[in-house]
Amino acid sequence: MDILQTIKLAFRGIIDNKLRSFLTMLGIIIGVTSVIGLVSIGQGTTAKVTEQIQSMGANLLTVNIMGRGANTTLSYEQAMEFLKSPYISGVAPIISDSVTVEHGNENEENVQLQGTNEYLPAVRNYSVSSGRFFISQDVDMRRKVAVLGSGIASNLFGFVDPIGQTVKIKGYNFKVIGVMKSSSSMMGSTDEQVFIPITVAERILQSRGVRTIYIQAAGKEAVSSAKTEISTKLDKIYRVKSEDENYAYRIFDQSEMLDTINETSKTMTMMLGGIAAISLLVGGIGIMNIMLVSVTERTREIGIRKALGARKIDILNQFLIESLVLSGIGGVIGVAVGYLLSWGLGKAFSMSTKTTLPVVLIAFGFSIIVGVFFGIYPANKAGNLKPIDALRYE
Amino acid sequence: MVINLENVYKIYKMGDTAVHALDDVSLKIDEGEFVAIVGPSGSGKSTLMNILGCLDTPTKGKYEFEGRDVSRLNDNELAAIRNRRIGFVFQNFNLLPKLTALENVELPLMYAGKSAAFRRKRAREMLEAVGLGERLHHKPKELSGGQQQRVAIARALAADPPVILGDEPTGNLDTKSGREIMEIMKTLNKNGKTIILITHDLNIAKQAQRNVHIQDGKIVKDEKVVG
Repeated sequence: MDILQTIKLAFRGIIDNKLRSFLTMLGIIIGVTSVIGLVSIGQGTTAKVTEQIQSMGANLLTVNIMGRGANTTLSYEQAMEFLKSPYISGVAPIISDSVTVEHGNENEENVQLQGTNEYLPAVRNYSVSSGRFFISQDVDMRRKVAVLGSGIASNLFGFVDPIGQTVKIKGYNFKVIGVMKSSSSMMGSTDEQVFIPITVAERILQSRGVRTIYIQAAGKEAVSSAKTEISTKLDKIYRVKSEDENYAYRIFDQSEMLDTINETSKTMTMMLGGIAAISLLVGGIGIMNIMLVSVTERTREIGIRKALGARKIDILNQFLIESLVLSGIGGVIGVAVGYLLSWGLGKAFSMSTKTTLPVVLIAFGFSIIVGVFFGIYPANKAGNLKPIDALRYE
Repeated sequence: MVINLENVYKIYKMGDTAVHALDDVSLKIDEGEFVAIVGPSGSGKSTLMNILGCLDTPTKGKYEFEGRDVSRLNDNELAAIRNRRIGFVFQNFNLLPKLTALENVELPLMYAGKSAAFRRKRAREMLEAVGLGERLHHKPKELSGGQQQRVAIARALAADPPVILGDEPTGNLDTKSGREIMEIMKTLNKNGKTIILITHDLNIAKQAQRNVHIQDGKIVKDEKVVG
């Protein structure tokens, strides 16, 4: 039995019955396309979310202080104590308030003023597009310098370079030393924020309290140790006795969040893929149906072939290969359409899609398995026909 | 001895009644014989042909083909006999309509596991031998009845089987084409092939060396043709 010849014949049979073959393959095409399309969307979303979380800064721990009793905040100095830990490489406490920023006749209301220190860019993975962020001397010397979010900068200064200009906040003049690079992530954007040294913020906001601290662990392995150390310290400050009654502070672990989100989106992707796989199954049933019709239609051909010496296995192979070719072509078209679909969705709805090779291989492989699985029964039926019954069939 | 039937019965159940398509048939055919099995329709001659061709099995009785008891052979061994030991020529040609003449002739060689190059060469030679060297790539429906039957003969000969079984091979042909087919059969017989023809046409039967008359499932007369 010549496999190549059989494949050639199977192709010819498909071309001879173009419409029927196409309709049969359509089930597989839709199945493979939807598996690839939906899983791509799922994976794309996962990748995007992961990227966004990671863009917040590597090994980031966010500490929110609620405090206890009258003691509702932490002082800047207390916060900076954390830097002594060997597991911690950066500490950026935040004192923030909503203020109005003025320049000449222009003013911006409800601007988030963020008093912080020189560690912030490293800890939160921020960078400036022009000028510089403040350095430790700016903080220590209480210099009235400001770094503007890109939105604020363009609103106040238009096309004029803001570096070296002056803005007025709470009646004080600040020299603009830098503009942040435009950014947007799940955790908010810096575009509408203004950064000043925390030591200055303490004075002009008349608030000594730090409510948020961004802490960078010294490495991936240091994250949990850093977390323990922070809790121990904060437990002491706020006299927290046990985990259960800790209302004084919260530590958000970026990698924990990442795990949770990854877990969720993986489940979602699997579910989408599973739903799509059902349509592949339906496509398989379509193949089985048409193969059964084909076996009946070609009973006489089977009889002739058997009279000429075809064995059961030869006939079985012939029909199995036809079913495989049907599902295989369907699979290839499905992969192509699936690629186009996920690319098109990405373009049209600016969705992030990610088509990975394993998904393509799994979807295509599944279509082949469907072809074999649903081809076996009709092929076996054909192979088992008695030559004499098949020859007599009109 | 190529064929040895001993007390063969073929019984079909039709509802409650059992139809004896073959009723205690015994028949021996030697190598190189040219035998016509003659009988009216419904006489059981087609059933006999199917059993001789290993397409069907007897209900009862013994059938030896080339000394092997067919009832003891499995499906694959029967397929091998049909493939290599017997060439079939049918009344309605039984060519595969989607294949070209050449591909039709290649079929038995394909099932015999021959290489593509060999198949092509052999099929071409066979078609040339039956005078269809110019029609290699025609589909059956592009050929006349006589030409189609010649393709079928080329196909029957492709694997070089010692026995040719013809089931009314001239039944669907005009007189002239029928005569041509019979000439080919006679030539094959001269070249050593055992030819067994099934026919209801006494004029065809006359051209064989031996006529076996069958009626109601029984052999009623077995005679040498003289002249």
